[in-house]
Amino acid sequence: MIFDKLFKRTKPEQEKLVCKKCGSETVLSEIVANNMICPYCGAYMRMSARSRIELVADTDSFCEMYSELSSQNLIDFPDYDEKLKKAEAQSGEKDAVVCGTCSIGGTKTAIFVMDSGFMMGSMGTVVGEKITRIFEYAAENRLPVIGFTTSGGARMQEGIFSLMQMAKVSGSVKLHSDAGLLYIAVLTDPTTGGVTASFAMEADITIAEPKALIGFAGARVIEQTTGEKLPQGFQRSEFQLEHGFVDMIAERPQIKNILANLLKMHEVRL
Amino acid sequence: MKAYDRVTNARKSARPLGGHYISAVTDGFIELHGDRRFADDAAIIGGIGMLGDVPVTVIAMERGNTIEDRMKRHFGCPSPEGYRKALRLMKQAEKFKRPVICFIGSSGAYCGIDAEKRGQGQAIAENLMEMMTLKTPIISVVVGEGGSGGALALGVADEVIMLENAVYSVISPEGCASILWKDASHAPEAAEALRLTAHDLKDFGIIDKIVVETDRSQEQIDSALKFELIQDIKNLLSLSCSDMLKKRYEKFRKIGA
Repeated sequence: MIFDKLFKRTKPEQEKLVCKKCGSETVLSEIVANNMICPYCGAYMRMSARSRIELVADTDSFCEMYSELSSQNLIDFPDYDEKLKKAEAQSGEKDAVVCGTCSIGGTKTAIFVMDSGFMMGSMGTVVGEKITRIFEYAAENRLPVIGFTTSGGARMQEGIFSLMQMAKVSGSVKLHSDAGLLYIAVLTDPTTGGVTASFAMEADITIAEPKALIGFAGARVIEQTTGEKLPQGFQRSEFQLEHGFVDMIAERPQIKNILANLLKMHEVRL
Repeated sequence: MKAYDRVTNARKSARPLGGHYISAVTDGFIELHGDRRFADDAAIIGGIGMLGDVPVTVIAMERGNTIEDRMKRHFGCPSPEGYRKALRLMKQAEKFKRPVICFIGSSGAYCGIDAEKRGQGQAIAENLMEMMTLKTPIISVVVGEGGSGGALALGVADEVIMLENAVYSVISPEGCASILWKDASHAPEAAEALRLTAHDLKDFGIIDKIVVETDRSQEQIDSALKFELIQDIKNLLSLSCSDMLKKRYEKFRKIGA
């Protein structure tokens, strides 16, 4: 299980988390029950893809797809095989996205949820392939797509293959969009690099969690390259809302309800 | 030649980039400016010219020559306005059924506060989506450094050509080395590992053609490239629009499938 950088674990047997933001200690099960939000200061911690699905999908409605796909070391990149094994052991996932169908508030939808616990949610060929397949499946079966993003960007260990996933996924988003179907993206902390520069910014409706880091270039790189001092709140959800790149910021416990309502309104065909 | 030598080659200050290739392959080029939203980005030159007897829309990344020129052009790193200008001109090309030729040569999208404020990621994303279904032929040529998403934003094409000493990569070797080994001086090893040369990409089936540079003068390179472009456009214009778009989708769809 992966915990937000805002939290650090105390001794494992105590099963308590210390909020790095406010310093409060909370019992693990209590944080989980609170949707991975610190009960004292409200700081958001990162959620695994599975907990995310549990939070938004109607009970027992999730049906996983393409779970058999796992990454190959396509360009014989040094140490990549070991990294993949480690990521799989740590996260319990085969790669950084979980896809399938579910219903939300009674409406059936295709869904993909990225997992930052697997190599920082980086996009390699498996992430690209699974997301492309879910858009193609949704286009064929006339379903909307709900996508939760969290990613450090393209996975450099897969070289040019990872870069090309941006084009591949974008093609399938366009295919789905041209079929008149709805795609809602929910951007969570962090959504950066090649994911921001492709399917995170291609939705009909874009929702962001509060204070999530959302941007293309890394803040440190910008600072080093330009020598400019970054403004307060740079590349956070609130910054993206102010500059017109997200439709709304939604608190985690409200997201399911918002998605359910939006899905319902798009079901009405005139 | 080692991969990193190709990187150094692609970055050479004297290496001809987009601006040169526009005048080398087209006649009567007329530059068109601005994204109609916010500004004109000098890192991308766009306009119309004749390629043989076919009018084409040309879009090219350009770093500039003098230091003032380079500052103005952000050393060839496009801002969101540049990508939006490119898209505007591509839509115009679609309207008038002109083929589009893109020249890619940039270390990447411009990295700055203003670029983020105006949606660098969104501008690139929109190009990727729209280029996939643009109803006119697109040919992209990587002539210098093809740096990441900022390069790909002009790279969704029916035919992708690379000059022999150009490189195309998800991340710069320096960036890769500093993330992996916490030391940018390992860039040469990273360049090998990333498999970013034209020959690597041809082997992977990511690009279609390589234009040889070795033992050729610049004029010979120019005319070899012009010959390929004329051939490709002829072939693409012979396809029906729906076949062309199916092939374009499939070209990217099969990468890492």
